Amino acid sequence: MSLLAAMAYFLQRAGRDYAVFERAPRPGSFFTRYPRHRKLISINKRHTGKANAEFNLRHDWNSLLSHDPRLLFRHYSSAYFPDAGDMVRYLDDFADRLGLHVLYNTTIAHVTLNKDRQAWNGHYFILTDQMGHAHRCSVLLVATGLSVPNQVDFPGSEYTEGYESVSVDPKDFEGQNVLILGRGNSAFETAENILGVTNFIHMLSRSRVRLSWATHYVGDLRAINNGLLDTYQLKSLDGLLESDLTDLAIVKDREGKFRVTLKFFLEEGNQSADAITLPQDDNDNFAMRVAYDRVIRCLGWNFDFSIFDKSLRLSSGGEFSKKYPLVKASYESKGSRGLFVLGTASHSVDYRKSAGGFIHGFRYTARAVHRLLEHRHHGVAWPSTEHPVSQLTSSIIRRINEASGLYQMFGVLADVVLLKENATAFEYLEELPVQMLAQLETITGRRARHGLFVIIMEYGRNFSGPDKDVFFHDRSVGHTEDAWQSNFLHPVIYYYRHLPTEQEVRFRPADWALPRPTAIHHIVEDFLTDWTAPVGHILPLRRFLENCLDTDLRSFYAESCFLFALTHQKLPPFCQQGYLRTQGLVGTESLRRHGAERRFPQDYATVGRRREDGAQGPEGGPLAPGPLLLQPHDSNKEEL
Amino acid sequence: MSSSFNIYRVGISFVMMCIFYKSAVDSLSELSPQKYFSTLQPGKASLAYFCQADSPRTSIFLEELNEAVKPLQDFGISVAKVNCVKEETSRYCGKEKDLMKVYLFRGNILLREFPTDTLFDVNAIIAHVLFALLFNEVKYITTLEDLQNIENSLKGKANIAFSYVRAIGTPEHRAVMEAAFVYGTTYQFVLTTEIALLESIGTEAIENAHFYFFHCKQVLDLTQQCRRTLMPQPLATLNIHRFIKTMEAPLLTEVAEDPQQVSTVHLQLGLPLVFIVSQQATHEADRRTAEWVAWRLLGKAGVLLLLRDSLEVDIPQHANVVFRRAEEGAPVEFLVLHDTELIISRVEGNTHIEEMQEDEDEDLQSPDMDIQDDEVAETVYRHRKTQLPLELTVELTEETFNATVVASDSIVLFYAGWQAVSMAFLQSYIDLAIKLKGTSTMLLTRVNCADWSDLCTKQNVTEFPVVKMYKEGKHPVSYAGMLGTEDLLKFILLNRISCPVNITSVQEAEEYLSGELYKDLIPYSSVSVLGLFSPNMTTAKEDFTKAGNYLRGCVITGIYSEEDVLILSNKYGATLPALLLARHKEGKVESIPFANFRVQDIVQIVTNALLETFPEITVENLPIYLRLQKPLLILFSDGSINPQYTKTILTLVKEKHLDSLTPCWLNLKNTPAGRGILQTYFNALPPLPLIVVVNLHSGGQVFAFPSEQAITEQNLLLWLKKLEAGLENPITILPAQEWKPPLPAYDFLSMMDAAASQHPTRKEPECTKETNMQKNDKKQHEDKSTIRKEPVETLRIKHWNRSNWFKEGDKSFRHDNKEL
Repeated sequence: MSLLAAMAYFLQRAGRDYAVFERAPRPGSFFTRYPRHRKLISINKRHTGKANAEFNLRHDWNSLLSHDPRLLFRHYSSAYFPDAGDMVRYLDDFADRLGLHVLYNTTIAHVTLNKDRQAWNGHYFILTDQMGHAHRCSVLLVATGLSVPNQVDFPGSEYTEGYESVSVDPKDFEGQNVLILGRGNSAFETAENILGVTNFIHMLSRSRVRLSWATHYVGDLRAINNGLLDTYQLKSLDGLLESDLTDLAIVKDREGKFRVTLKFFLEEGNQSADAITLPQDDNDNFAMRVAYDRVIRCLGWNFDFSIFDKSLRLSSGGEFSKKYPLVKASYESKGSRGLFVLGTASHSVDYRKSAGGFIHGFRYTARAVHRLLEHRHHGVAWPSTEHPVSQLTSSIIRRINEASGLYQMFGVLADVVLLKENATAFEYLEELPVQMLAQLETITGRRARHGLFVIIMEYGRNFSGPDKDVFFHDRSVGHTEDAWQSNFLHPVIYYYRHLPTEQEVRFRPADWALPRPTAIHHIVEDFLTDWTAPVGHILPLRRFLENCLDTDLRSFYAESCFLFALTHQKLPPFCQQGYLRTQGLVGTESLRRHGAERRFPQDYATVGRRREDGAQGPEGGPLAPGPLLLQPHDSNKEEL
Repeated sequence: MSSSFNIYRVGISFVMMCIFYKSAVDSLSELSPQKYFSTLQPGKASLAYFCQADSPRTSIFLEELNEAVKPLQDFGISVAKVNCVKEETSRYCGKEKDLMKVYLFRGNILLREFPTDTLFDVNAIIAHVLFALLFNEVKYITTLEDLQNIENSLKGKANIAFSYVRAIGTPEHRAVMEAAFVYGTTYQFVLTTEIALLESIGTEAIENAHFYFFHCKQVLDLTQQCRRTLMPQPLATLNIHRFIKTMEAPLLTEVAEDPQQVSTVHLQLGLPLVFIVSQQATHEADRRTAEWVAWRLLGKAGVLLLLRDSLEVDIPQHANVVFRRAEEGAPVEFLVLHDTELIISRVEGNTHIEEMQEDEDEDLQSPDMDIQDDEVAETVYRHRKTQLPLELTVELTEETFNATVVASDSIVLFYAGWQAVSMAFLQSYIDLAIKLKGTSTMLLTRVNCADWSDLCTKQNVTEFPVVKMYKEGKHPVSYAGMLGTEDLLKFILLNRISCPVNITSVQEAEEYLSGELYKDLIPYSSVSVLGLFSPNMTTAKEDFTKAGNYLRGCVITGIYSEEDVLILSNKYGATLPALLLARHKEGKVESIPFANFRVQDIVQIVTNALLETFPEITVENLPIYLRLQKPLLILFSDGSINPQYTKTILTLVKEKHLDSLTPCWLNLKNTPAGRGILQTYFNALPPLPLIVVVNLHSGGQVFAFPSEQAITEQNLLLWLKKLEAGLENPITILPAQEWKPPLPAYDFLSMMDAAASQHPTRKEPECTKETNMQKNDKKQHEDKSTIRKEPVETLRIKHWNRSNWFKEGDKSFRHDNKEL
């Protein structure tokens, strides 16, 4: 529901005809029960030291997007890891204040498809609710999240308790031996709650632990839940084990305790419970030879496919996991046009990469889908601003320093600069699903005929991974010429002379977010994520843009433009687009004095000289590289 | 002519001179003409600035002249300021304040006169004065032929000191002249400012000044060329002095003593010594090698031939080169070098020892991509620590913005704290706040969009900087003028009254037209526009009001539509509806009927009316005149224009001879950039006044009106006719190239490719040092030298790859282990 609220807001603002179906009598029903231990692991950072609201959303993982500053989550909780109840209250207010059109207590029992040529997509979606009422719509947005607990089938699975129903009262675990199946945040969250009262906790799962600070994926184990790792490594009886659950079996012994054995042993013969072979019978130091009082299953969730009729061809089995329905990079189902899967369930697009499965990610993908629909059905082109090319560097610098969508949905959403003919002007489009780049013209209604820049945020190629040491010596890059080796999240700008084709996007090199560009620029990672340093960040970016566009993007005072105007037939873009339109930058006496210190009269002479030998062209300008007090950026490495 | 100077310079070094003249008076003496001429001594040079007694006591020129007093006295030249008083007129006293000149006398004979703008700073003063005095010693040439003639005439006789400077009067020119003062009798000094000449002798990187030593004295065969040595250091007096000293030193010395004990002039000058170790058996060949090396290292190091056989101290057996740095106590290094190039590179790699830099010798540095070449960003960065009185403007936030702009008429500057152009303009804005302090009803405010991004977006501000005016109850108006204090001030002041302002009586209208009504605004609006309408002309009135609104902030507009409007229309001979344009400068009112004009037409008429027929062109107004798309006829004037010329041009305009041109004039005093323009057109500053026609919009030709002709109607007309007929040749054609990137960008794509393609198993001999020279023979040297020859860029990539090889190498190693 949180997602549908996010989406409904955009539809509401655009004046579209929509309705939201909500099973519960109030919004955010998921959060009334989950997470079980009530602590959200999405951070509620209330202070960043900055006033910029857009920037602050980079560190606010709970708010939905709206124009109303009162609807920021920090007004609802002061806890850094807030209580789930506050989220319920927040979503209540969000739907209420914005007057979203929600039909509560409506459970959609069945969805089917009705072919009709009149419909936008050649068919209508027919939704039948629990009362048997049918609702018809042209576009269906599914944001049911993952609602079905994942069950692994093995002998004895009936003895396990699920995360969804297990007791959250630590008293119930006093002095017990506990086995937890699973290794996600829910498993660790459960362990964290009872760590201090149990005899020990063993945690069993197929794959190794993935720490989110190593993988840079917020869905992996977060530090707030990882107490068990500590006690395991310090040999305080708790422990982690890896094994494929489907090979296991759990049997109940005479005392009613649970024993772990192998499915293989069970198949050997039809023996009574006490006679079942246990691994320790052969292997007397088998790790899980101890008897457990409880086995808790925390194996995650699946998408509920059951309500969707076959005609919708909504298939499971995305690239990474079966728990998500298969969707395109535009979040549209591969099976039926007009059916979009949003929110947590749309995570197949960026699973284990970006934040698309979480509020702070899907609030942006919802906006992207909304923009896409606006263009597809209402002829509203993707919003953009148009600027003269002299504003190009500034436009990019502004976005990389504040845009929250690029920052949260790194590697997935990207800004695009579409160049106009002769590159004298450009259009700036925000937050496009980058995998849809080849279809840019169709999904946005904008033209990309004269080349484009794609602005995206990336971690270093080989930096993230469950087995990576992310604290190695020399991990940070400070020199601008080494920027391409930056490890931490940093802006990357791709330049394409032509819009890449679908083929190029699909068969891009491994590890690349985008197909091979004509040229690429990395802005060197920054400890403060403040990319406004004149020489360290802006200057190399300007040089990159200049060389892609084969022009001079420097800014000049009116006096220089005046000189150029009378000594050259052509002017640099800044003078053309500013000075010649009587909007030149005059500068003040004291700034001019700084210029004079750099011996302007002589520089004027230089211009004259240079002109003479022709070959040099106008690039000499009045500012041949001169004596600067600026120090070339030296090692500003993290020394903390 | 120069003989009288020799006494001052022969054999005197600079240091000596400084001491010698230390006691001399070094402030500018002020004399009357009579007194001045009485002080002149035969044979002694003197520089005098004649000026009116009532002229300002300080000026930039006087400051510079004052600074030049001391150095000129060091050369035995006295300097004086001569005050022309009424009683004592002299022919050197100009008639007008602006026409004052500087004169150079020897004894009481006038040698040269200089306009003050030629002597723009202390360097220019000294350079020009010495240049005039050393006329015979320093030959100024412009062609390669001149140079060859001089070279040929001096072969076997004397050496040449040849220099190229970018322009006369530069610090480099001064350095050359000072050197010529000392060495002018020993060597023939030759000077040029022609790049082409330098190119033709094969110099690269001509941006800077160059100083060459031509070894002509030992050339006996006239067909042979003189050897040339380029001074590697920047052109500065001490560097030249040092360079010449090394040229005078013997090319190669043979020694047979401990290298530690040897001393030559090179060491004193801070240059290293290179000993080529020789043995009796190979002496002849070694000597040839040493000579070759010596020529290569001339001016960079002293080269000696060390005879091992007759040496008492031991030197390592295999060492063939001994290297000794100039620092006292620096150890002598014994080297085994198998290639003479290695000797050269060793020295050149070590010459950072002492550059003897006098000024900032930045010019020698190769362009570095990390160096800021954006003048706005650069000046703003330099200025970053200056505290601005920001409190003079109100900082608005998301919370305060709406309340503020509703409560009071406000100007809002939207800027971004990280953007250089914004920050440069913010300074102008603060200057404006200082000017308006307490006088304006308009509130000056600012919004930093780096902080209040959403607010800016809501106000439709997506680029920076933007200025908007919020006047109560009206849509905000965006300011579209120059981003500077003056123009914004004008915008604010003119917006104090409504546009158009409603005039209610004939008397008020007359006051309005005479400029009385808004007296204080007249300086900002040279024209007042008044629309006259009968009360029933609603559409016309509406259109005019729209036009007035559009023109707000750039001109005063008014509207009059009372019943008695006919009184006015009759008086000014207008039929209603009409526009009256009052030109306050000329005191004229003209009327234009505009029966069926649209809003744009009215705007156009008024905008055109603001243009002057013969304007002084400035940085601020050039764009407006460029819009006319006509070639410019520019009269360059040093100071205000001679009224005679104005009259001449205006007559030509009146007779419609200048219709195809935009005539204008440029005052170098108000617009110093004009100097740079002239230098581009003429290569050097020509005498002023001067007329050029610049065809900016088609072809870029620049034509100059012949300076020997008087600026009269007839001459000009004749010249323009010739121009039109295509009979004149342009003095220059302005370049038509597009503006290209000033420097390359990092090519990260190739770096990534290079890193990806490196084979991880390759072992990189990173730590093979030259410790064991004898064993690692030639091959390694070859490796080294090939690396060195590669451009810097590839070297950088190499460096990265290397670190990558190591990382990946490590990995594969671990991997192998696992498999085992």
